[in-house]
Amino acid sequence: MYACLHGQGNLTALAAEFSPVVERTAEETATFDVSGLERLFGMPQDIAHAIMRRSAEVQVKANLALAVNPDAAICAARGFSGVSIIPEGDEAKFLGTLPLAVLAPSEELAETLERWGIRRFQELAVLPPLGIAERLGPEGLRLRELARGEANRKLAAIEDPLCFEDEVELEYPVELLEPLAFLLSRLLTGLAMRLATRGLATDELRLRLKLENRATHERTLRLPVPSLDTKAFLKLLQLDLEAHPPAEPVVHVWMGMNPVKPQAAQSGLYVLAAPEPVKLELTLARIRGIVGEGRVGYAEVLDTHRPDAWRLACRLESRHGKLKACSTEGFRRYRPVRTAHVTLASGQPGFVAANGVRGRVLEYAGPWRTSGDWWTVDPWQRDEWDVALSDGALYRIFCSPGGWFVEGSYD
Amino acid sequence: MVALYATRAGRPQGHLDPFRYSCKNRYSEEKANMEAALLKREFAAVLGGPLDWQARPEPETVDSGVPDIHLPRGCLTEIFGPASSGRTTLLYSILAAATGRGELCALVDADGAFDPESATAAGVHLCKMLWINCANSVENALRATDLLVQGGGFGIVAMDLGDAPQRTVRRISLTSWFRLRRAVENTPTVLVALARLSNAKTCASLMLECRRERSAWSGNHPARLFRGMRVRATAVERRKACTPVFTAKAI
Repeated sequence: MYACLHGQGNLTALAAEFSPVVERTAEETATFDVSGLERLFGMPQDIAHAIMRRSAEVQVKANLALAVNPDAAICAARGFSGVSIIPEGDEAKFLGTLPLAVLAPSEELAETLERWGIRRFQELAVLPPLGIAERLGPEGLRLRELARGEANRKLAAIEDPLCFEDEVELEYPVELLEPLAFLLSRLLTGLAMRLATRGLATDELRLRLKLENRATHERTLRLPVPSLDTKAFLKLLQLDLEAHPPAEPVVHVWMGMNPVKPQAAQSGLYVLAAPEPVKLELTLARIRGIVGEGRVGYAEVLDTHRPDAWRLACRLESRHGKLKACSTEGFRRYRPVRTAHVTLASGQPGFVAANGVRGRVLEYAGPWRTSGDWWTVDPWQRDEWDVALSDGALYRIFCSPGGWFVEGSYD
Repeated sequence: MVALYATRAGRPQGHLDPFRYSCKNRYSEEKANMEAALLKREFAAVLGGPLDWQARPEPETVDSGVPDIHLPRGCLTEIFGPASSGRTTLLYSILAAATGRGELCALVDADGAFDPESATAAGVHLCKMLWINCANSVENALRATDLLVQGGGFGIVAMDLGDAPQRTVRRISLTSWFRLRRAVENTPTVLVALARLSNAKTCASLMLECRRERSAWSGNHPARLFRGMRVRATAVERRKACTPVFTAKAI
């Protein structure tokens, strides 16, 4: 049994209240499957009564038709006002008085039928199918089937947009992280199960906590690869909340997951072992908790001549191409650079003293004058020396407008 | 038969109580011993010599980028030497070789002394090397190293304590080193520790002592250049020692 609503208002939402299979047939028409509703409401008249009552409540003005096939219901809803219930087997008789314009034939076909003097369903329904096929082709046959109420098809149901969100309103504010973890675990398990049933995974977790002072505390976790490991998610959330705790007790928890296709990768015998991405993310989150934010990652050298210019990235794309490996002198930097007291002899460094560095200059090379970014608000310039001190080590020192500094040591 | 039993038990024949064991048990034990002896003999024939059945297999070694230095997997390797002795150059060489093989590496930097520019110049693929800057905390470096080794999957995990105060590094208990050694055992990871002096003692399977032999300078002032230095790395193993020499260039 199918029902069709034709009119004004939010027809799709109304239909979705009664059936999971809803077709948006046209701008003003929605068709839906009401099979099984007789167990809830009883006879088709009762079903129609329930739908109309609900439509009045949500202020939808529409004609309703119920029939055994969707096309008959559509024709009846478009042609008759109010409620129409077509008994099974009487479709042709019921629809017979409707004008052919309800079927919306093509202009050429409508003109032909008009010339033949056929204006209503019943007149088209009695025509022989062979003759129609010869003269009007497949479209004519389809119109005849519709006019007889015999056409049958499956509904092209609207697919709900995938939305994986869940929330829980707390009866009393939660202050500690441990009881909050129980709630998070419940939400995570439910969402992960919903994703798993659809064969999906997630690469982004969003957590929104409403606080007692009506403020909102939002956190977003991005995973390197799609996963459904709820234990890892929970641990990541716990570590994140430990690092960024909410300022007030929590009264409402909302969680959302970004649905993505799971990453299927088959590792080979000769593929080098690497840490499991989610496990690595968990390890890094733990290490971030120890050493602090912004201290863990992959270094990326910036495209500038400014000394010690780099940035830390959470993950870097693997760059193909072989670097030319040469035994270059290793350099150890002092961060921050150490302020030095340098005694000059004939304009060259003769003695260097800084924190942990002290000695007479035995050998030196320089100065190497560099500068850059003079066109910006943060320019730099320096004179560099490579020096071998009497303490046995080799250092790089530099003189800038701020004074003398030891930048690091060659090692 | 009695003589064979006495040999197995290691006691003189006169002390044996012939009624202590049933004949059936005795015969089954003797049969098992004989079968084991035959099996050992067959293995020795196939493998070309007698085997030490108690000995553990030699660990797999990986290239360090320097000839004659190979690092054992699943073991702790210690690199030590004074400042400007070439320790960091050797470490970058090891990391360059590992990242060149496609392995993911981690550098736990206790003092934030890592220089990405010179590491790139040495051939380290930075996209394959995780850098953990512990901001002058040896304790954090130990904890981070422990987490990384326990997590597994890394080719090289290097802990750089090169600029940490020697007094602090000395305070690391042998238990901590032992824990790290046990954590890395039976894994394909090479754990490298870099410091001024040797601290891990018996927990290190390989110790590489670096020493600068000479520095190379060229040209006259003001066009004088620091060209590099010649480093001698002495590898001290349990059974053998080798002293490879490599040259590090400044430019």
